[in-house]
Amino acid sequence: MSDTVSTAAVKRDRFFDPLEFLARYGTLIALGLLLVFNLIFTRNFATLQTLNVNLTQVCTIVIVAIGMTMVIGTGGIDLSVGSIMAISGALAPLIFLGTILPVSNIGLSVAVAMVAAVAVATMLGLFNGWLVASMRIQPIIATLVLFIAGRGIAQVLTNGNLQVFRVSEFQWIGLGRPFGIPVQVIIMLVMILIAAWVLRRTVFGRQILATGGNEKAAELAGIPVGRVKFAVYAISGFCAGIAGLIVVAINSASDANLVGLGMELDAIAAVAVGGTLLVGGKATIVGTVVGALTIQLVRYTLLANGVPEAAALVVQAAIIVAAVWLQQQGRMR
Amino acid sequence: MSHKVNPARLIGTYGVALALILLIAFGWWRYENFLGMFNVMSVLRYNSMFALVALGMCFVIMTGGIDLSVGSTAALGSVAAAFGSYYGVVPGLAAGIGAGLIIGVINGILVTRLAIMPFIATLATMLAASGLALLLAGNQSVSVSYETGFTNLGQGNLWIFPIPALIAAIAYVVGSIVLNFTSLGRTVLAIGGNEDATHMMGLRTERVKFLTYLASGGLAGLAGVILAAQFGAGQPIEGVGWELFAIAAVVVGGTLLTGGIGSVGTTLAGVLLLGILFNMLNFENGMGWISLSAYWQSVIRGGFLLVVVIIQAKLMTRNAKPV
Repeated sequence: MSDTVSTAAVKRDRFFDPLEFLARYGTLIALGLLLVFNLIFTRNFATLQTLNVNLTQVCTIVIVAIGMTMVIGTGGIDLSVGSIMAISGALAPLIFLGTILPVSNIGLSVAVAMVAAVAVATMLGLFNGWLVASMRIQPIIATLVLFIAGRGIAQVLTNGNLQVFRVSEFQWIGLGRPFGIPVQVIIMLVMILIAAWVLRRTVFGRQILATGGNEKAAELAGIPVGRVKFAVYAISGFCAGIAGLIVVAINSASDANLVGLGMELDAIAAVAVGGTLLVGGKATIVGTVVGALTIQLVRYTLLANGVPEAAALVVQAAIIVAAVWLQQQGRMR
Repeated sequence: MSHKVNPARLIGTYGVALALILLIAFGWWRYENFLGMFNVMSVLRYNSMFALVALGMCFVIMTGGIDLSVGSTAALGSVAAAFGSYYGVVPGLAAGIGAGLIIGVINGILVTRLAIMPFIATLATMLAASGLALLLAGNQSVSVSYETGFTNLGQGNLWIFPIPALIAAIAYVVGSIVLNFTSLGRTVLAIGGNEDATHMMGLRTERVKFLTYLASGGLAGLAGVILAAQFGAGQPIEGVGWELFAIAAVVVGGTLLTGGIGSVGTTLAGVLLLGILFNMLNFENGMGWISLSAYWQSVIRGGFLLVVVIIQAKLMTRNAKPV
């Protein structure tokens, strides 16, 4: 698994291998085909509005999937992201609505609310990291703890009530449109750029992949494996925290029962379709973004052309399987 | 790990049974009617669905796999069973289990033939089963027939025992026999221990793995039948989060997620532990000293899971040292 880079380099000398080509660029090709299909058949597709609708829908998935890509790069997984979103989404309104402390200055309290919510989310990520790195608990089980408890915590915080609000200072991150571009799309793009740079160009990025490729070897080579794991889970928590804020800002309401529900699976699907190995050692942020966009566009295409939501789920499942299978075929060669 | 008596391993295996007994003793001491016939039977009745799902999950996990699709499969099974219930008890049962088996077959093919990682394969079938359930049911719950006696599968009693609990009990007895006394069961554990070695020994690893996914699907379908019978309707959106609850129960029961070690009996204890925690929360509220909303149940379950996995991790590292 860790030798994909070297084998791929060797294979480039060989003649054109269609299956490997498909495995490498299949998702991108699928995305292209979907775009062409939509341009021809879907009404009003080539409009700024369609672009905005799709981007705003996909952006929380992408943001969460960025953190997930890093976690999966180390060979881990984070099931708790949806619950962390719920906590962050519940906490922020509690602060700026003055439920916890009376609010004197709305601007200040919104700032405090955002920072506090994301900080708590990051700490919950650190807690996951502690379970995985220090207690050496398998990532699936370690993050299952917060998956189960986290949503409960959010529900207990809000007593299960819907928090409705109309606070433009806060909702700017979900509804603001500087230069006609939604703010959350800008946040997403910035996070994509930073994450892609970190993963490709920094020591930390290489350490993530080394840890996922062969943990023992990485440790023997002097890589602080434990610290790397702490960091990726914290990053994942951070990303989930931001996504939680965006979701409640868009909805003008925070429902602890629903915010981030099923997000862990959406994010993992995006990562897998994007070509990141689930066993770790290879990860691509751009791939994850393409994966998330492809899944989103498949859903949009089906729904815009009158296919019922339920059938779209079945197609989505088939696409995940097909993408992962193709990538495996490419790798086996 | 040797098969000589190892105190740490012993605590790991029997710890869950001990914890269950302590919890029940605590409940008996603290709450009136906790061990009353009505409460015991309703806990068993309600948790039988989760017990069935966890049993299938236990087998899959023992081979080192995972099955995320069980919740949606149960939902699909409940819808199919609701349609089948109009033709009688057996058609209802057959429809639910059959729907589950179909998903199980797909999982088995994806994992063994196409060699797709279980996590991704069953994640996909989870979406697909959920979509199929919604399509089949037309996005709403489907009422079962009350004439054919189908609802007895969920609400009926045989003497004093709830029928769903009896079904679950039979499933566990069969599961335990298969695991401990058949070559199939031993192969399941061998695959989880070391799949390559098992394969080289000439055992049919792929076929056995296929069978575990088939069993998990079938049991999830059966859980769906009971769900439909208990609540009087096939529910396409039920079952959300069941897979993770089942995994938690299996883990609490001491089965290793890496496979190779596991027990059917302690899985049942794990299900009951998590179920009784919820039941005790209701009693605690009933006493009026404190008023914890139902939302606390997931916090408490999560906290409980945390304690269990930390204890297991401590035991494991102590076990690992001499090796």
